[in-house]
Amino acid sequence: MGKRFGAVEALKDVTFSARDGRITGLLGPNGAGKSTCLRILYTVLKPDTGRALINSTDVAQEPLQARKQMGVLPHGAGLYPQLTARENIRYFGELHGLEGEELRGRVAELVHRLELDEVADRKAKGFSQGERTKVALARALVHRPRHLLLDEPTNGLDVMATRSLRVTLRELRDAGCCVIFSSHVMQEVTALCDDLVIIAHGQLVAQGTPEALKASHPGRSLEEIFVQAVTP
Amino acid sequence: MSSAVMTVCRKEVLDNARDRRTLFSTMVFGPLFGPVLFAVLVNLMLSQTLSSVDQPVQVPVVGRATAPNLMAFLERYSIESFDGPQDLKAAETAVRSGQHEVVLVIDEDFNERFREGGDARVTLVSDRSEIRGSAAARRVRAVLNAYTEELRLLRLQARGISPLVLRPLTIDEFDVSTATGRSVALLGMLTYFLLLATLMGGFYLAIDTTAGERERGSLEPLLTAPVARSSLMAGKMAATICYMLLSLALTLAAFTVALAFVPLESLGMSSNFGPLVAFQVFLILAPFTPLGAALMTLVASFTKSYKEAQTYLALVLLVPTLPLMVATLTNVRPNLNLMWIPSLSQHLLVTDLIKAEPINLVFLVASEGSTLLLGAALAWLATRLYDREALLG
Repeated sequence: MGKRFGAVEALKDVTFSARDGRITGLLGPNGAGKSTCLRILYTVLKPDTGRALINSTDVAQEPLQARKQMGVLPHGAGLYPQLTARENIRYFGELHGLEGEELRGRVAELVHRLELDEVADRKAKGFSQGERTKVALARALVHRPRHLLLDEPTNGLDVMATRSLRVTLRELRDAGCCVIFSSHVMQEVTALCDDLVIIAHGQLVAQGTPEALKASHPGRSLEEIFVQAVTP
Repeated sequence: MSSAVMTVCRKEVLDNARDRRTLFSTMVFGPLFGPVLFAVLVNLMLSQTLSSVDQPVQVPVVGRATAPNLMAFLERYSIESFDGPQDLKAAETAVRSGQHEVVLVIDEDFNERFREGGDARVTLVSDRSEIRGSAAARRVRAVLNAYTEELRLLRLQARGISPLVLRPLTIDEFDVSTATGRSVALLGMLTYFLLLATLMGGFYLAIDTTAGERERGSLEPLLTAPVARSSLMAGKMAATICYMLLSLALTLAAFTVALAFVPLESLGMSSNFGPLVAFQVFLILAPFTPLGAALMTLVASFTKSYKEAQTYLALVLLVPTLPLMVATLTNVRPNLNLMWIPSLSQHLLVTDLIKAEPINLVFLVASEGSTLLLGAALAWLATRLYDREALLG
């Protein structure tokens, strides 16, 4: 995929694939093009060159079809402050075409699973960053997507919230979902991801499992490999 | 309407019902501000035009004892005199300080000059920058002029001269303006308040659904839902229209109550503003809501932030009032060409309705049709803008 904004070339021919049942980490420094990459995948941006496929659906050609198959947690997790957690989740369920008992049950299940019971019927206005992220995650999962895209979900989370997010993501992976996860924090990615895609300056600089990356750079830690990869 | 549009609309209605700012502008600002201001203005106007003729005015006079005939004459025109300040200087001070609105000063040699058949002198002290004062002064001056005229006739007759000698020209005035015509300015204000309240009802929704949603960061997740952007936009505009209609209905209800306390007949407006007329006005103005909603949404979607949107939308609130200004200043009569201009056509129709004149059905259809069509065109444009990538900012 390639994408430019005016004079800035945000993505230059980035190619990678993310598999079912694995967590793929999109790693890169700030401004590397991670968000642009995910935004193309979740169809709010169109690539200038190249294409992105979810199973066999081209996201640019059939955006509605593609959106049905994925759950998205964009950067910042914006919720509707005047709605309760439950209503926020419910709204997205309805937009995905769920209704009646099925919708009610699914929302209740997610509230319980993400430990949101205490805050479920409070307005989102006063939520902590951790609670906001959980609600946004529930919102992304409400239609049982097979593919999950998360843009820096651990930003601003404390240790406990980060741990519980990791647990949830592993559960989803074990259930066969394809999870793509972006971060600029090395430790974050190594703790969670099965595959790594390293992006810097809009270009793909390395990809593979952590073990494979280590094997190709003998005697170096992942961090050293990362620093070397992103230094022009 | 598709279920996605309904879902979006329902959510926006609920979401904004919990927002104090939206509720204030929908339920309080329009419905309260307009009718109250209107009632106060009308009553103020009435108190100045009507009561001043009927009610006696008390005027302090310096040297009152000097001119008993003049005092009696004033009395006949319900201007009651009483002993005023010491002299001209004191009178000036009294008017300047606001103690008296107007003071009449009779010259010391008034009687002397009067007997000689010369010009006796009186001085009228008033503050013309003060509305009530200058109205009182006008009344006193008019009565003084009448007194002068009467004396002039008497003096000429005493000398055997026809009064016509001093009147080479007789001016007859014929004023064709009716009380109804004079109330056009007031009626213009009524439609202005109604349209303003209608727009205010949707003001915050138009911002919230575009700039607000972007600023909160909730727009991006929304765009990942499997719903066409045009459906999202349609739902949001539908919610905006709901609030605008609610605001219009509340404002009309408030006007119905408020106008019951205003003596409209004395301004030449029939006082037929009951529930039925209010409902008819609602039907005339309702087609304006999609246009207003689309216009506000369109402008708000150009802006980058909530604040910027507020600034530009405040300007948009002025746009629908421009035709009203023109109508009020030039006193236009309804005709088919004017029915193609939204807000002006509604104004003319509502005015006819309140004047209890028959409504031309062709005009009504032209007005509603053109307004709805323009609203649809703007809504389409707003939807297209929502499709841009730059929407995310």
